[in-house]
Amino acid sequence: MQYLWRTPGSRTAPEEASPIGTPPLEIRGLTVAYHRRPVLWNVDYAAPSGGLIAVVGPNGAGKSTLIKACLGLVPSVSGTVEVFGRPIAKQRRLIGYVPQRESVDWDFPVSALDVVAMGRYGKIGWFRPVTRAHKEAALHALERVGMADFARRQIGQLSGGQQQRVFLARALAQEAQLYFMDEPFAGVDAATERAVLQVLRDLDAAGRTVICVHHDLQTVSDYFDHALLLNTRVVAQGPVARVMTPDLLSRTYGGRPMPAPAALGALGAEAS
Amino acid sequence: MIDPLFEEALRILTFQSGFNSAVVVAGTAALGLAGGTVGTFLLLRRRALVSDALSHATLPGIAVAFLVGAALGLPERSLPLLLAGAVASGVVGLLTVQALSRFTRLTEDSAIGAVLSVFFGLGVVLLSVIQNLELGGQAGLKTFILGQTAAMAQGEAIAIGLLAAGAALAVALLFKELRVLAFDPGFAAVQGWPVGALDLVLMGLATLVTVIGLQTVGLILVVALLIIPPAAARFWTDRLPALTLIAAVIGALSGWLGATLSALLPKLPAGAVIVLVAGGFFLLSFLFAPARGLVAAALRQGRLRLTFAERRALTDLLDGRPVQGAAALWLRLRGYVRDDVRKGGALTPAGQAAARAAARDRRLWERFLADYPALLPAHANWGVDPIDSVLPGDMVRLLEERSAPS
Repeated sequence: MQYLWRTPGSRTAPEEASPIGTPPLEIRGLTVAYHRRPVLWNVDYAAPSGGLIAVVGPNGAGKSTLIKACLGLVPSVSGTVEVFGRPIAKQRRLIGYVPQRESVDWDFPVSALDVVAMGRYGKIGWFRPVTRAHKEAALHALERVGMADFARRQIGQLSGGQQQRVFLARALAQEAQLYFMDEPFAGVDAATERAVLQVLRDLDAAGRTVICVHHDLQTVSDYFDHALLLNTRVVAQGPVARVMTPDLLSRTYGGRPMPAPAALGALGAEAS
Repeated sequence: MIDPLFEEALRILTFQSGFNSAVVVAGTAALGLAGGTVGTFLLLRRRALVSDALSHATLPGIAVAFLVGAALGLPERSLPLLLAGAVASGVVGLLTVQALSRFTRLTEDSAIGAVLSVFFGLGVVLLSVIQNLELGGQAGLKTFILGQTAAMAQGEAIAIGLLAAGAALAVALLFKELRVLAFDPGFAAVQGWPVGALDLVLMGLATLVTVIGLQTVGLILVVALLIIPPAAARFWTDRLPALTLIAAVIGALSGWLGATLSALLPKLPAGAVIVLVAGGFFLLSFLFAPARGLVAAALRQGRLRLTFAERRALTDLLDGRPVQGAAALWLRLRGYVRDDVRKGGALTPAGQAAARAAARDRRLWERFLADYPALLPAHANWGVDPIDSVLPGDMVRLLEERSAPS
């Protein structure tokens, strides 16, 4: 229902990776409100080019909403979002997306390969069926997350972690420059956690930018290069060593005592 | 008494009962086919009940169109005018549901309930008004509520057939787009698919099926043509292309058989007969479909329980523990024990072999469970089937070495 009135995005505009120096994602003054209650308030953020970025904050801080507003999935009250210097509607081919696993019905009558092939639909275009070449690209994406053996399996028969890897493979099949991932590590088994982390590192090595909503404070510094501390507004942003401090975390989480990552001392960085 | 009826049925079913009747039966079958095809995606997109609101909302439009026709001095009811009225008020009803659930805090189901009943109530009131006006040609209006295949003229049946085929073709063309729309609209939107426009196309197709089904099935029950065939088909398959095809076939069969039955029993409302036939297909699918049907699931579960009970009883006997009750009886039936098993009875040679195999399976699976917990998800039926049929031979040998009693 909520998408019914959305203006169709332009699919014909030329889409190119941007000139050097343009940030992959630039948010200016983004405010989102549900029924007059702001969920995001005046968010300004410029993502560094390349690297793994964690969006960290308490429940209800607007982490998922930030991603959805960037992607145009929830309407914003004000603000602009640019991807490589242009509005997102003109840069769709450059974006990959991993939604929360709970956002779809896993009893849906499709196989793992069918789902991953959906990542290719943008390249296939209107009316045309999924060709063998695209199926092979999808299969290759499944291999990268260690799920090639499950290509024909109906998605409801997969474990939660395997479903998460299918979603990740679908984003890989998009062959994007900038990835948005909503809690890719949430509730997964150890094998999936390793697979997801490996994919993130591969993407990083290939110069892609990945923005992840992440809930586990203990692993932020190990897994990510940059962090965006969010609680309706931006509390702090920057390299993890500078922002994952007890002081900034407690400000993000509303003053409640938070378990600080052991490896981090009191570096005392300030919000930028 | 039975024979002439049966012969008549056979003639209609095989399209030999005159051209008119054949066209009506074929038109209704095409309607069912379109209903199943469009309905598959409506169901997966969770829009089935929205189309119920749509069909009920057509009634005031039909009544108003009739009044307009009478005011313009048209001699008898004009079907295109009535259907145009149906589309207009159906779409108004649809937009009202959308607006209510978007701009108020009402949930979609309350919005559907409110729109459906208010529009239908308005239509009933308008029909009563028309009845009191004593205009000509109003007798046919009631058929829109419960449907009547006999009301279908030849040209209308052909038009219905063509439109239905067009709807099915549109679904085939947009198959990939509708699949991603129904599975993950957010992802589709991020890729740049015009999700709103695709939803409009889907609802437009549902409107088309509803309106061309009004006369035959009636506005109260036409939604069943959209919901029941795909719901029945879901029991047969886990693949979307197959699901769409099976739903189309069930829909077409329901229309075909239903139209035939209602030609034989002209006193029964055609819509109800067609929907009951579809309901029959649903019941059969629900009970007997091999993939997800009730009986198949119960059999699978029962076989699993029996396998486990048998293995447990066998290993118990092997370890010298007594086995009683139904398990004892079962082992005897299988020829695994000699008569008096309750007194610690003896395993037959076949029983000995089966018991040793069961014990070995359990020992090896336990070893596997302890040594390779990470491999488990890859073996969905671990611990159930004999280990040699699930794991590769060298893995089984490895487990045997490690679990050998030292």
